[in-house]
Amino acid sequence: MSQDTINTTADNRPHDGDPNAPVLEVENLHVEFRTRDGVAKAVTGVTFDLLPGETLAILGESGSGKSVTAQAIMGILDTPPGFVTQGSVRFRGVDIQALPEKERRRYRGEKIAMIFQDALSSLNPVYSVGYQIGEMFRVHRGASRADAKTKAIELMDRVHIPAARQRVNDYPHQFSGGMRQRIMIAIALSLDPDIIIADEPTTALDVTVQAQVMQLLADLQAESKMGLILITHDLGVVADVADKISVMYAGRLIEQARSLDLYSNPAHPYTERLLAAIPRVDMKGQELYTIKGIPPNLTDIPAGCAFHPRCPYAQSICSEKTPPLEVVPGDRRSACHFWKEVLDGSLQIR
Amino acid sequence: MGTYVLRRLLQMIPVFFGATFLIFYLVLGMPGDPLAVMCGERGCDPSTANALRAQFHIGEPLYVQYFEYMKGILTLDFGETFSRRPVLDVMGDAFPITIRLATLAFIIEIFIGVPLGLVAGLRRGKFFDSSILLGTLLIISIPIFVIGFLMQYFLGLKLGWFRPTVSGEAPWNELLLPAIVLGTVSLAYIMRLTRTSVVENIHADYVRTAVAKGLPHRRVVTVHLLRNSLIPVVTYLGADIGALMGGAIVTERIFNIKGVGGTLYQAINRGEAPTIVSIVVILVIVYLVFNLLVDLLYAVLDPRIRYA
Ligand SMILES: Nc1ncnc2c1ncn2[C@@H]1O[C@H](COP(=O)(O)OP(=O)(O)OP(=O)(O)O)[C@@H](O)[C@H]1O
Ligand code: SF4
Ligand SMILES: [Mg+2]
Repeated sequence: MSQDTINTTADNRPHDGDPNAPVLEVENLHVEFRTRDGVAKAVTGVTFDLLPGETLAILGESGSGKSVTAQAIMGILDTPPGFVTQGSVRFRGVDIQALPEKERRRYRGEKIAMIFQDALSSLNPVYSVGYQIGEMFRVHRGASRADAKTKAIELMDRVHIPAARQRVNDYPHQFSGGMRQRIMIAIALSLDPDIIIADEPTTALDVTVQAQVMQLLADLQAESKMGLILITHDLGVVADVADKISVMYAGRLIEQARSLDLYSNPAHPYTERLLAAIPRVDMKGQELYTIKGIPPNLTDIPAGCAFHPRCPYAQSICSEKTPPLEVVPGDRRSACHFWKEVLDGSLQIR
Repeated sequence: MGTYVLRRLLQMIPVFFGATFLIFYLVLGMPGDPLAVMCGERGCDPSTANALRAQFHIGEPLYVQYFEYMKGILTLDFGETFSRRPVLDVMGDAFPITIRLATLAFIIEIFIGVPLGLVAGLRRGKFFDSSILLGTLLIISIPIFVIGFLMQYFLGLKLGWFRPTVSGEAPWNELLLPAIVLGTVSLAYIMRLTRTSVVENIHADYVRTAVAKGLPHRRVVTVHLLRNSLIPVVTYLGADIGALMGGAIVTERIFNIKGVGGTLYQAINRGEAPTIVSIVVILVIVYLVFNLLVDLLYAVLDPRIRYA
């Protein structure tokens, strides 16, 4: 079976040739969870693309729909209760959501791989790490046990796990948190995917280990030219690595910009508040700003701009009309009625 | 690992002696005069009675009797029945039959219980799952002898699919129906246990990882989900072997099987201490050995468990 070519239907023509075409285009993605407590709109109209070798950070508070977006892209949503109700996910032009599960499966690991937050629970406790890395080669490439093990050792070396040859038969619980996350990275890396989605890969780790793991991801990405989607709720973590940042709030994308632009001058009040909440060296001793209020209940998202109950600039229009994700000069986007005023700082706090 | 096994084997020694002494104490404390049973209506003449007393240590203190008995066991001398047959022979007839019966029941439990439990867990809340839950609840709540008589009547007598009673040789095919009866209750527990365990694990992060790795559904279920879900099931199965061996009394009575249960039942009725104690001693050993095996298997199934 040829693993390199993936069949596509006529209306699903891949873009060939153009090396700068996006590897991933997510368009108007909607995901809802139908539960006993009602329908939670976890993702509403999310749109973005990812260029080859690019790093996109998806930023947002807990519950803003970051993981659900990632799961929908991977096709690993819990269904039921989760359903993609609208939108498309195109990998090199192919709408992978439209594919039957059997074909879709071959994109996982092979084209798009994922790293999860908690490496301890995300690795199977009863198999050795070598087995779990090697499984990729055995299942996707039909490799023998021995070859798979050799590959596993190579990968463990590549993610800088010391004494890989000796440790290949060890079990996940015998490794430290940072090393376990490196094993998850090794699994994700194994088939040279075009995209890696890392869902809060460092949140569960110590600060020093966090930096090492982030550095490893950045290095690996530079080597292999893969696209990286980095999900986090910590603006500080992504500052150096992300090319562009998408900010999510209550299931919507509310701002999108190149990292530097977003840091230096946010075009959305929510982003502005997030930035103000980062501890900064030059503000040592001053009180840290936190965003007042709580994120909305996704079964009952406020009408108009979902952020309006917490927004210091909210006007009456904000609770009536949902601001669209408008194009803002400088290749960026913002979903705020007053993005111009936010950008030039002319808004008054009520 | 080696030291752990050794320590467990050493631990078995006091458990073994404790359990056997307890049985000895209880059996000898049973009402009735063993001599009266042995000599029957007419009674024995005094010299025979004395000889019997000496042979069976009747009337001597309990610890002496226990000591003499244990001394015999070490040389595989389990004593004699009241009808002067070596207990070893009696057990040699009974145990193979019960082992066949228990093995069949065990195989039925595993090969029906685990797959059905797995499917129920995968289809949680659906019709199949509800049927399994209801069916197993019924089985668990109906006494085993009722199930046994019903199956014997319908499957054996009415439909004629099976022989309603088992002949003296107790060949494998005749033991099938009794094995189903013997296994039903454990089968129901295993289905439920597997189902619960699958339901618990199905949303585990590592299962999600397996899906995200692009593994085929079948592999996700069998290699990742089922393997982890079986850990509690294996524990139950291990304890169940002992129960199957010793707990076949009712089933063996219904189907007239001359196995351990039947023999034990008769021995108890007669107050035949050597037979009772010997059978129980063997059952205790079986139980202890399987417990150890399960513990070792546990470590193989779950590497997080390390024996120090
Ligand atoms: N399995 C599920 N069943 C029901 N609702 C779910 C499920 N998974 C997610 N949701 C809903 O989707 C919302 C968004 O969840 P998501 O995991 O995407 O948040 P997140 O942005 O990743 O937050 P965090 O930073 O805590 O990981 C949740 O608040 C919840 O309402
Ligand atoms: S639309 Fe209104 S409420 Fe929403 S962020 Fe802009 S100013 Fe605030
Ligand atoms: Mg998340």
